[in-house]
Amino acid sequence: MTKFDLNDDGLVVIVGSGAGGGTLGNELAQKGVKVVILEAGGRYEIPDFVNDEWNSFTQLAWKDMRTTSGTWRVAHDFPNLPAWIVKAVGGSTVHWAGASLRFEEHEFKIKTAYGDIPGANLLDWPITLAEMEPWYAKAEYKMGTTRTNGIPGLPGNNNFKVMEAGARKLGYKDVHTGRMSINSQPRDGRGSCQQIGFCFQGCKSGAKWSTLYAEIPKGEATGNLEVRPSSMAVRIEHDASGKVDGVVYVDGDGKMQKQKARVVAVAGNSLESPRLLLNSHSSMFPDGLANSSGQVGRNYMRHMTGSVYAVFDKPVHMYRGTTMAGIILDEARHDPKRGFAGGYEMETLSLGLPFMAAFLNPGAWGRSFTTAIDGYANMAGMWLVGEDLPQETNRVTLDPVAKDANGMAVASVHYDDHANDVAMRNHGYQRGAAVYDAVGAIRTFPTPPYPSTHNLGTNRMSEKPRDGVVNKHGQAHDIKNLFVSDGSQFTTSAACNPTLTIVTLAIRQADYITGAMGRREI
Amino acid sequence: MREVDRRSKVDRRNFLKTAAAMPPAAAIAATTGLSIDGAWADTAKALKPETMKTLARVARDVYPHDHLADHYYIAAVTPWDAKAAADAKIKALIEEGVVRLDEDALAKHKLPYAAVAWEEQRVALLRGIEHTEFFSTVRGDLIASLYNNHDVWPKFGYEGSSAEHGGYINRGFNDIDWLSNG
Repeated sequence: MTKFDLNDDGLVVIVGSGAGGGTLGNELAQKGVKVVILEAGGRYEIPDFVNDEWNSFTQLAWKDMRTTSGTWRVAHDFPNLPAWIVKAVGGSTVHWAGASLRFEEHEFKIKTAYGDIPGANLLDWPITLAEMEPWYAKAEYKMGTTRTNGIPGLPGNNNFKVMEAGARKLGYKDVHTGRMSINSQPRDGRGSCQQIGFCFQGCKSGAKWSTLYAEIPKGEATGNLEVRPSSMAVRIEHDASGKVDGVVYVDGDGKMQKQKARVVAVAGNSLESPRLLLNSHSSMFPDGLANSSGQVGRNYMRHMTGSVYAVFDKPVHMYRGTTMAGIILDEARHDPKRGFAGGYEMETLSLGLPFMAAFLNPGAWGRSFTTAIDGYANMAGMWLVGEDLPQETNRVTLDPVAKDANGMAVASVHYDDHANDVAMRNHGYQRGAAVYDAVGAIRTFPTPPYPSTHNLGTNRMSEKPRDGVVNKHGQAHDIKNLFVSDGSQFTTSAACNPTLTIVTLAIRQADYITGAMGRREI
Repeated sequence: MREVDRRSKVDRRNFLKTAAAMPPAAAIAATTGLSIDGAWADTAKALKPETMKTLARVARDVYPHDHLADHYYIAAVTPWDAKAAADAKIKALIEEGVVRLDEDALAKHKLPYAAVAWEEQRVALLRGIEHTEFFSTVRGDLIASLYNNHDVWPKFGYEGSSAEHGGYINRGFNDIDWLSNG
């Protein structure tokens, strides 16, 4: 394996190895650019994954301390676990469900489409769907997304069949087993889905696309990519001219190191990326790097989410098979007549018994709760995922008190639901329950949001430097050799799962960085 | 019709091999067949036997599943004895919490908590202490110590780890047979 010198100042140094960082690293390596990826977590390969929810959580989840505030229920139920994301090579592409949907055209320009909404900080993306389409196509081809490139859809499992039958009875039309980056037939050296379940615990068959085994090894094979696990970035440094020149990190032995860099790309997910920029404050940049707008950490989005579970009088065994291969798209449209702007998807979801007990209604006890759990084998479930609106006050800041093991201030996450989010969630709870009632549900359970899996927007893209942190290429408005490469660059959240768009932006960004390096612009 | 709960036929040793999570294997093995009122609690080292029995009764009242025998609840609370032995603060939290609960029960029913006859009456007493650290600690722990006990999974129709069985592609991922078409 290639090892680069700490003093090599010709490298692109990427912080994070997930959908953004892992993809960017491989794409750059394929183009001949030398790359070091610093990954805070360890490297666990497919044989290491366990089909056991709590043990897998212990193995993979980001459990380092964070703090929370705001009216969202997560702050009450899980005050130090605002997000359910991964700390390991591959990042949250180890844990993700595989749903790969493109934004709708209007979702790149909601300020124009929705008009002004009080309390929201709406902004159009500096890119359009038309500009993104060829890059989306590259991402779908890379990831082997079903229902694109002639790849058949996955077969529907029991949980899908229940949702589909209910949806048809309600008259929903756009219902299928999803556009999933999970092989429905062997492809790209990986086999097809074995309907294992446990998609969230790391795919044991490798059918699900993950940077861990579908991108990073290809990059490493070029000799241009080095991934350093157990390397926690603590600060990005800059030279006297204000250009970034390296990343300080704590290695696996607890030693502080500095990796020099020609270009730095931040891809640590939307909580860690702004935290790193804010913790990198200096006399030249007292409010943190790339923060002349004051927007670093602001506009945190986590999607409008919730789940609906339903108990029937006969078995379902929802946990068998691909967790999220099932979608109803009919409510994804923007239709203000429903009482809210934007839309949402309904996607199949299941939890194992241990996580169902933990998440069905956190804190609940007594027979209302236990009789629901008694119906576990007869339960079907769906996740609601919809667009939430950016608000300036929903933000990641540095906790004034709490520090991590390296003495760095931890991320503090504040989130208040916007009235639009609440109206959308209530609509989703009603429609989700109606889907199940249509096929004979005995009881339905409107289940509150889990710790956030879709963390977005805290270093947002903007046309004008005063409105955001990065430009249309993810390049910091303030520092031309500093990039943001994860979901934190999202201007708005759209209704759909974000990974496809993160990967698409990373492919596009790799092209831009390579060109700019070739032209000696950076 | 599908075959339900096939994992209940699996030898328990297979569970224990993979069961790194609580409760410990020894606790499960040692509690099988026991009832809350039995002598099982007499071996407690740090906590009083009556405290252990009250904890087990609280566990069943908090998460009552009538198809689960007492020994699952006993297994879920047994680790508190070792935790109390290792940490005086935990010992005090548990003992004082039970004392308070018994005081409430004596005031209302002239009986200690575990002897109050109806679940409904005991639940009312638990509602009275719902916001105490004792209650939230014991309840929160049960989420894992009860529901992450691999032996209870088959009782709820949950089959656990599947990759080593080849997933469900040939084992019923789409075997639902009661949905009408149309």
